[in-house]
Amino acid sequence: MKFKTLAVAAALAGLGAGAVLAAGEPQVVRQDMMKKVGGAMGALSGIAKGEKPYDAEIVKASLATMSEVARAFPEQFPAGSETGAETEASPKIWEAPDDFKAKADRLAADAEAALASLPADQAGVGAALGAIGKNCGGCHEVYRVKK
Amino acid sequence: MTLRKIATGLVMVAVLAVAAFLYVTAPERLPAEVWASAGAPDLANGERIFHAGGCSSCHAAPGAPDDRKTVLSGGLALKSPFGTFHVPNISPDETAGIGAWTLAEFGDAMKRGTGRDGEHLYPSFPYASYSRMTVQDIADLYAYLGTLPKSADVAPEHDLPFPFNVRLSLGGWKRLYLDEAPRVTLSDADEKVRHGQYLVEGPGHCGECHTPRDILGGLKTDQWLAGAPNPEGGEGRVPNITPREGGFGGWSEGDIASYLETGFTPEFDSVGGAMVAVQKNLAALPAADREAIAAYLKAIPAR
Repeated sequence: MKFKTLAVAAALAGLGAGAVLAAGEPQVVRQDMMKKVGGAMGALSGIAKGEKPYDAEIVKASLATMSEVARAFPEQFPAGSETGAETEASPKIWEAPDDFKAKADRLAADAEAALASLPADQAGVGAALGAIGKNCGGCHEVYRVKK
Repeated sequence: MTLRKIATGLVMVAVLAVAAFLYVTAPERLPAEVWASAGAPDLANGERIFHAGGCSSCHAAPGAPDDRKTVLSGGLALKSPFGTFHVPNISPDETAGIGAWTLAEFGDAMKRGTGRDGEHLYPSFPYASYSRMTVQDIADLYAYLGTLPKSADVAPEHDLPFPFNVRLSLGGWKRLYLDEAPRVTLSDADEKVRHGQYLVEGPGHCGECHTPRDILGGLKTDQWLAGAPNPEGGEGRVPNITPREGGFGGWSEGDIASYLETGFTPEFDSVGGAMVAVQKNLAALPAADREAIAAYLKAIPAR
């Protein structure tokens, strides 16, 4: 009896260890991707607020990051990745994948439009951010569940 | 014979108890002088209060685009542990909306949860917060709502199981949870903090989602703004916004005001869920209002 209890406990512990996700799993990949967008947003915001000097290379790199991440982002939600690694992904992503992808594409398109006519000064960065930033809340309103 | 007398006596006591309950908990109206005392309406302030209160978050049609958020046609279904509430039309339409309501009728709904026909309103309409609003702000809001577009939409009746469908019982709820007292006592609060307190505890009704509720749906005020489960059930949690170490306490006043204006956290994560609509409303306020809210949130006790 006691042995059986121990065996069950050991099996459960094994399951628990297996549930810890390693780097490379979609839940972790997409969280890192969002952090990259956040970092790019922060860099651009610093310039827009005048806390950092205008730097064309940083603006270009930040916008490129947003575009790249947004294009690849909707592919990081395969079946089976609905839970785990404290994901804040809403089940609605899997219910309306086309709308979710459209929202990500919109962010990419806005970032690419800003890249094409690269903002030339602090005010230009602010205007571009105003347009791009709406996408963040617009998507998180529906597709993210805060834990 | 004696037994019969006792039984009759018990029935009479029960009848008297119910009568006393209904008398004590009858829907309340404020004296007419209260509403007559309001000065000429200030429409600009009414619009400010409209944004501070986030009226459109519930009363605009579900999924309405930004340019239709002032059509207060209602229709949103609010799921709760007590059943599903259907948000009513409060556009100035005379039959479908509240266009025929007087200021006193509107004001009694806001401050006492009393409907136009003298019925108790459900606290899904957060009058237990709005009770703290000034008469003038309510008069200004009333005038502003009258300038918005009309809608002829009619929302379905609330879908509530017994006993929650008995409106008379709401009188008891109000005895327990409806008052105008401050939610927290802040000694030596300056004018800015007091202004923030008014906005958060009154029109802003932040505590309705950010404070946990007891089994009767009343706010646990000793856990004021300490975070709560998602009121609509399901996953997610409404965050603790008290100045707790290791949590929201790490945000400066400037961080909070900036978040309410732009929707970005200090780490450039963005606002999400139901807070997106709230943040957009608060972004429409004067900067001094957001700064006052931030000052108040830094002044309340950490939980």
